[in-house]
Amino acid sequence: MGNVEEKLETTPAVPPETKKPVAPVQPPAKIVKPGELLKVMEGLKAEGYDYLNNLTAVDYPEYFEVVYHLFSYEETGKKSVIKCRVENKKDPQVPSVCSVWNSANWQEREVYDLMGVTFTGHPNLKRILLTDDFVGHPLRKDYQLDGEV
Amino acid sequence: MAILKTEEFTVNIGPQHPSTHGGFHVVVNLDGETVTDAYCVAGYLHRGLEKIAESRTYAQFAPYCARLDYLGAQNPALGYVQTVEKLMGIEVPERAEYIRIILAELARVASHLVFVGSFALDFNGWTPIIYCFRDREKVLDMFDMVCGQRLTTSYMRIGGVADDLPEEFFPAIRKFLDEMPACIDEYDGILTGNEILIGRCKGVGILTAEQAKDWGISGPNLRATGINYDIRKVEPYGIYDRFDFEVPVGTAGDTYERYLMRVAELRQSLRIIEQAVNALPEGPVRTKVPKVLKPEPGEVYHRIESNKGELGFYMVSDGSDKPYRLHIRGPSFVNVAPLPELARGGNIQDVIAVLASIDIVLGEMDR
Repeated sequence: MGNVEEKLETTPAVPPETKKPVAPVQPPAKIVKPGELLKVMEGLKAEGYDYLNNLTAVDYPEYFEVVYHLFSYEETGKKSVIKCRVENKKDPQVPSVCSVWNSANWQEREVYDLMGVTFTGHPNLKRILLTDDFVGHPLRKDYQLDGEV
Repeated sequence: MAILKTEEFTVNIGPQHPSTHGGFHVVVNLDGETVTDAYCVAGYLHRGLEKIAESRTYAQFAPYCARLDYLGAQNPALGYVQTVEKLMGIEVPERAEYIRIILAELARVASHLVFVGSFALDFNGWTPIIYCFRDREKVLDMFDMVCGQRLTTSYMRIGGVADDLPEEFFPAIRKFLDEMPACIDEYDGILTGNEILIGRCKGVGILTAEQAKDWGISGPNLRATGINYDIRKVEPYGIYDRFDFEVPVGTAGDTYERYLMRVAELRQSLRIIEQAVNALPEGPVRTKVPKVLKPEPGEVYHRIESNKGELGFYMVSDGSDKPYRLHIRGPSFVNVAPLPELARGGNIQDVIAVLASIDIVLGEMDR
């Protein structure tokens, strides 16, 4: 295995023909504090962001980041990325946006299940993909995997 | 007369039941035959794909994506490789772009054929699935020719496609395009005006446009409510902006219209395939990309109009050869969430109809 990896490593990371600046792939994200999240989200919905397309979270070394991708069904060019950072890694808590968009309901449950972020005010915050008696949150970087993955 | 003792009772639909189309579980509370409450239990097919992605290189993860929507595997695979291409700024040769469109639309046809067939089957109509699977077989045979696989095709590559189309593909696709319109007329003829189907579907499980927006619904289920929103039109990926096709839009948002959307989309997909086959340019099918991809640190969100709705990939790179985080936004997962709301107050048999019309695939829902 080591040999193969060494060989692969010697391949230049980016060959000349694809070397070009990476296109700005999405609008710059707006970073919001958990305390202000609900107010910001309600404001965005009033502005026409009626489509909460994606809600997920990333485990960074210093904080958890809950990411919201917002679009509009009517004004199709509209898009916005909101990020909510939680520095308390022991007990991360973010207000639920279920009251703004119902589509947050299952997606927040998924984030809670796999990443262990608690959404305060969620109507039914239970595990969704894993069993109720599962211990731990597998998408956290410190989750110990057993066996070969 | 003795007073009959009545009580609510709970019925489990699934996880092992043909109408759930995979390991999916709906618990319904019944008062007689009326559903008073319902809740969904998901996760029977959870394989931890997002965690697996963190320990695979960018190229290694592509075949896993075929396991997201195995009824039309080209679409999720296309979404994934385009995400990596977007993150790295890789351009794809023209010919590969056209081949991708042809195969992605064929996959949509295959997926919708499974939908139409199994939809009728859920109402105990046994004929359409035989016709649908007969025609789906033609698509799978073409996938076999091109990719060497029928379902989990693993044909999309970062920077293009795995190989050029073989010679025998062209007569096969021409024959398919010639035959298919009459075949769709056939299902249309059997099903669309069928009184049993209309009786079971019309006005059943109505999802209003307001509800659909609130629940973040996408794909044919959304368009059945009257909202014209198709990623191929509003945010064209690949070369979808070059094709002339219409987006079928409904008005009522009921089970019947969700079915009609799929039949109408079958015809539109054929239009796209025909244009793509006619315009297919010569040239290479793959850009040279390094064996080990190391994107600059950054992130990207890419979404495509997959078979069941909007499939999104959120990818975070930390500059290493493996994604730091990959989140897959599966349309089935989001679309099925309002099922309890649609089921409440209806009959128990309507739950089967509504679930069938939402068209879920468990690989993509449970990931």
